[in-house]
Parts: sequence; C-alpha cells; structure tokens
Amino acid sequence: MRGTSPQRAMLAVLASAALVLGMAACSEGKTNTPAALAVDDGATLTLWTRAATEGVSKKFADAYNATHKNKVQVTAYPNEEYPAKLASAAGARALPDLFASDVVFAPQYASENLWLDITDRVNALPFKDKLAKAHLDNAVWKNKNYAVPHTIDMSVMLYSIDLYTKAGLDPSKPPKNLNEFADHARKIDALGGDVNGTYFGGNCGGCNVFTLWPSVWAAGGEVMDKEGTKSTVNSKEMADVFALYRKLYDEGVAAPAAKDEAGPTWLGALQGGNIGIAPGPSVWLGLIEEKGVKMGVAPITGISGGESTFIGGDSMGIGATSTKAAQAWDFLQWTMGDEAQVEVVAKNKGIPFRTDLAANKYSSADPRIVTINNLVAKGRTPYAKNFNATYNDPQSPWIATFRGAFFGPDAKKALDDGAAKLTASLQKS
Amino acid sequence: MTVTSSRSRRAGWVGAAYAAPTALIVGVFFIVPLLLVGWMSLHDWPLLGLPEINAPENFTAMADNELIADAAWFTVKYTVIITVLLFAVAFGLALLVQHQRRGVGLLRTAFFLPVAVGFASASLLFLGLLSQEIGPFKTDEYISWTSGSPSLALGSAVVLVLWRFAGFNMLIMLTGLQAIPTELYEAARIDGATRFQIFRRITVPLMRPTIALVLTLMIAGSLLAFDQFWILTRGGPDNSTTSLVMVIYREAFIRLDLGAAAALSVVLLGVLVVFNVIQFGVLRSRRGA
Repeated sequence: MRGTSPQRAMLAVLASAALVLGMAACSEGKTNTPAALAVDDGATLTLWTRAATEGVSKKFADAYNATHKNKVQVTAYPNEEYPAKLASAAGARALPDLFASDVVFAPQYASENLWLDITDRVNALPFKDKLAKAHLDNAVWKNKNYAVPHTIDMSVMLYSIDLYTKAGLDPSKPPKNLNEFADHARKIDALGGDVNGTYFGGNCGGCNVFTLWPSVWAAGGEVMDKEGTKSTVNSKEMADVFALYRKLYDEGVAAPAAKDEAGPTWLGALQGGNIGIAPGPSVWLGLIEEKGVKMGVAPITGISGGESTFIGGDSMGIGATSTKAAQAWDFLQWTMGDEAQVEVVAKNKGIPFRTDLAANKYSSADPRIVTINNLVAKGRTPYAKNFNATYNDPQSPWIATFRGAFFGPDAKKALDDGAAKLTASLQKS
Repeated sequence: MTVTSSRSRRAGWVGAAYAAPTALIVGVFFIVPLLLVGWMSLHDWPLLGLPEINAPENFTAMADNELIADAAWFTVKYTVIITVLLFAVAFGLALLVQHQRRGVGLLRTAFFLPVAVGFASASLLFLGLLSQEIGPFKTDEYISWTSGSPSLALGSAVVLVLWRFAGFNMLIMLTGLQAIPTELYEAARIDGATRFQIFRRITVPLMRPTIALVLTLMIAGSLLAFDQFWILTRGGPDNSTTSLVMVIYREAFIRLDLGAAAALSVVLLGVLVVFNVIQFGVLRSRRGA
C-alpha cells in the first residue's frame, strides 16, 4: 500500500516511454514484419513469478540481460500469495509486462484475458512443433494462444539407492508397475526404525493431481474429459490407484505423517532419507541429493504397467495491460531458443521444453536426466478452466474426495459423490 | 451582532478545515471502498473488461455454495470460544499486573511482547513450532497439531490467538482498571467489603465501558478471522476450520469471481453491524439502569 503512489508514478513514466518506443517499433514494423513481433530496443521489462520458479526466471533474465539491450527485472512472490497478487494487479490495470503462472492455472488466466493474445507470434516460431505440446496447449483459450512454456517440472518416482540396497533390492531395477512399487515399499518398510516404505501428500490437492493421475493415464484411464468439464474420478483405473495407496497407509508402509501432509513439509520428508520410494517432482532430484541422499529416478507406472507423467511447471505470457508487447516477446522467444534451452535450462539440470533438445551435451552426462527428458513426449497436462478451485485450493472438492478415498469409511461412496461435486465445480462459470 | 456571526462563521470554516484531512481519508479509504463493494455485489465483475449487472445472482448463488453454511457455523463457534477465553485470560492478566510491584514492569512487557509480532508471522512461527517434521517438540507417537483432527486444529489456532492477542487486550483493560479511583477501593475496604465484593460491586461496574470496547474488538476480529486458519490449518482438516473470510478469499482470488466475493462481504458486513448494534444496545440499557 505504502508503495502505491511512487509505483504509479514510475509506471506512468515507463508507460509513456514505452508508448513512444512502441510507436517507433510500429512504424519500423511496417517495412519489416518480424521486427514488429519482437523488438530489442533497451526497454525495461517487469517480470513476475512465484517463489517456486524464481530461480529459473532469474537465470533466464540474467543471461538475456547480458546479451540484449532490453532489461528484464524479476520479482518473485510467495507461492500462496501469488494468484491474489496477480488478481489485484489485474483489477488495478497494472499487470507486469511478463508474468508466469502454474501451467494448470493457464486456461483460467487465458479465459480472463490476463495475457495478451500471442497466437500470431507463436505461429511464427520456427520451432513451434518442437515445444512440449501438452504444456503449450494448456495456455490456449478458444483457439488462441496466450502463453508459452517457461519451466517444466514432471512427476517421477524417486527412490533411495541406500535403502534399496539395504532391503536387498536392486537399485538398477526400479518398479515396472504399481504393484511392484507397493512390494518394494513394503520390503523397505520392513527395515524398521525410522524408515518408511513410501510417502504422499494426503492433505494436499496439487500433490495428488501431480503424482496419482499419471498412474491412471498409464493404465489407459481418464480422470477428467479433454475439455475439463466432467470428472471421472470414480473410474476403475483411478479407484485402483487410491485403493493401492490406501492399503499402503493402512499397513503403516506409508509414513503416518502422509495423512496430514499439506505440501510444505513434503520435500523435507524425502530429504530426510528415511523414505524408500515415493512419487514426486523431478526438480527435487538435485534438492534431495544436496542433503546427501542418493536417489534413483524412474517413471510413474500404472497398476499393471505402462508409464506416464504429469507435465507441470509454469507458463509465461505478456501481461494484458503491458505496452511493451514486442519487447516482452523478444525475451519470451529467446527463452525458447536453442541457446537458452541448452545453456540456461539444461546446464542447470532443468528439463528443456523443446523436445528436439531432450538429448544435449549436459543431459548425456547423467542417464537419470535422459530418463526424465524422454518422458516429456509421453506426459500430459490436464486442461480445465476451473482447475485451481476444483483441485489445488485447500477447500477444493478434490481434497474432500481423495481424503474420503484414502482414509474415509467408504472409498467407493467418496469417489461417486466426489465425481458429482468435481463435475459441478468444473462446470461453474 | 454582525461581528460575532462572522467570527462564528469563520470558526466554523476553521473547524471544517481541521476536520477535512480526516474526512478525506475516511472518505477515500472507507466510504468509497464500501460503496464500491456494494456496487460490485450487484455485478458480474471480471478482472479486466466491463462489469455487467446480474443482481441478485451473486446473492442467490450463495445457497448453492456448500462451504458457506459450514464456514458460517464454524466462524460463530470460533467467535464464541475465542471471545470467552481471550476475555478471561486478558482480564486475568490485567488484574495480575494492575498494581505497581517489583517485577510487574517485566511481566507487563512479557505479556505485551507478542503483539509486536505480525499476525501472519506469528501463524508461521506456530506452524513451525507445532510441526513434527521441523518443530522442536517431537512426540513418540506421530501427531499432527494443525491438521490431525478438527478439534486439534481449532485448539492450535486458539492457543495461537490467545498468545498473540491476550497482551493487547490486557493493556486496554489495564487502562480501564487504573482509571478507577483508589478512594473507592479504600472506602470499600473501610466498610469491610471482601475482595470478591469489591471486584463485583466496584471493579466490574466501573470497567463496563472498557469491557464493552474489548468485547466489540474481540467479536469483530473473530468474525473476520483469516490469517490463523489460512496459514496454520489451511482451513482443514476436511474444511473443519474454514472461516467465512476464507470463503470470500476463495471466491475472489481462486475462482476470480469478484461479484460473488463482494456479495459475501456485504452479507458479513450486515452481520457485523447487527452484532455491534445489539452490543451497544445492551451496553446503553445497562448504563441507564
């Protein structure tokens, strides 16, 4: 609040400066069409992101600023605060030039027109077909593109090499299906002491979307229709997955804390080194190994085989109220180019969102990274306009549904009731 | 005649000028937003673009929102619990430290100190303290203080609020206590009144305005509870600690339906006004009696 008026004044100055620059860009553009799409003329661009993505955004910005006249300034907000921050900025017509959003929220932001329509710009990209398709398609509303991939994070099985060895399992042979996963978890749990077989976010909506749905897809099932308007959470494939995890919890194979895990301590639990095998975000590989826990990586599987992944991460688009669209696009276009994908993303152990760059000079050094990168083509990103309210929010019907399926007295009833409530939430205008 | 009237007119202008800054601030930061919320509640209000009138849809849609009834019931329950406990603790603390004695300054400071911690920070502090993963208190049997069961979650939030707000309310009541003339106590003691009689016949009646103020603050604050549940329990487990303001937040920032959020705010405001009118009514009639 206190900062409002100086911010406003600065915005006004920036806006008028940008207007002049923008006009210059336009007149220039009449003779040369590509120049109108992307301009590097020394503009200062504001970029907002959430804390979870801050590291990647900053690395992109630093590398871009070093080689371009435009300057990108990154501001990060705490994850929970971020959607509210964007909503109030939109209400005040003061959105940043560029902003990221969790890829699953992209349809909602696109439908609210918080990003500029960049369909022409996306279509002009020479590597458009090489961008992670599921990710790109999530920022489409009524056949128009509003954002492009910014970071990718995928769900994978993470398992402790040490605990595998101690339990007499072969760390080079991760589970080929979910039943095998349960067996491995039981064997490791039998080690006793502080060791537990597995872990999951029993009170965390986003976590379970991310880790359980791939098992359904791998089995050929669906959790929701393609348009994101009807839930099939009571399908056999989904019910089987819930039943398996429910059993692991009842047997005490999953850590007791799994029931109340709402997200904040999920990473900490895996970093402790006492969990045998658990699904989680691929980007945690480095964060867990930092704590001295050696981890193996495997794809998430279906009950009796198959593999899939949830392609998460962030999308980024140009703020609808920005007056520097061409400059902002110059940055976005650069982040998707070969140099940024290899020298910024891959070099820092990230996942390139260009499928043609999955194998690169950095990834080949670590076979686990190749495993992860190759999953991009197999993965999916579910599309729904009301994704946040239906699945991620702590008050979402999804949380009530899966808590019933994991811990409630009647899992089947919880899923049948849940399907109706989820569908109602998805269809709310 | 003319001299005095022009003088009084000038005095009037000067008075208005003195009041103008406050009036301006109240107007800009209180009245205008209030009217805007009322106006918004009658519209389908998008983040960007033009609002469209849809009254009374935002109000009728509340009937379909399952969260609201539970949240309203929980908010009332929480308000009753916290008002009773917080009042008892704060009044007790105030009585404990009302007289100048050795060490009282230290106690007063200690009780008041939590007020200096921001409420959101305090909630985060408790989240860390109560966590079995990262907190200092580990039990042999795993237990989740913040989402293990509805009563545990509510209990944790109540302890947090007591810790954070008891000192502040103690301070208000301390000023009330110290405003009571000591002669009254002395006279009562000479008349042979017991400690309990003094408390009932002198302290409580003379504290009535202060008590009314404190209760009003507590009830209004509790009905608007947000931070402690948003951060500490995330409204869980199973929506058992979801307050009304959290539902408003969900409508506005998760569902991006500003009209529905405004409508809920208007209803909550109405409830608050009713509560306050009743409170002031009770206060006034007691004073008259």
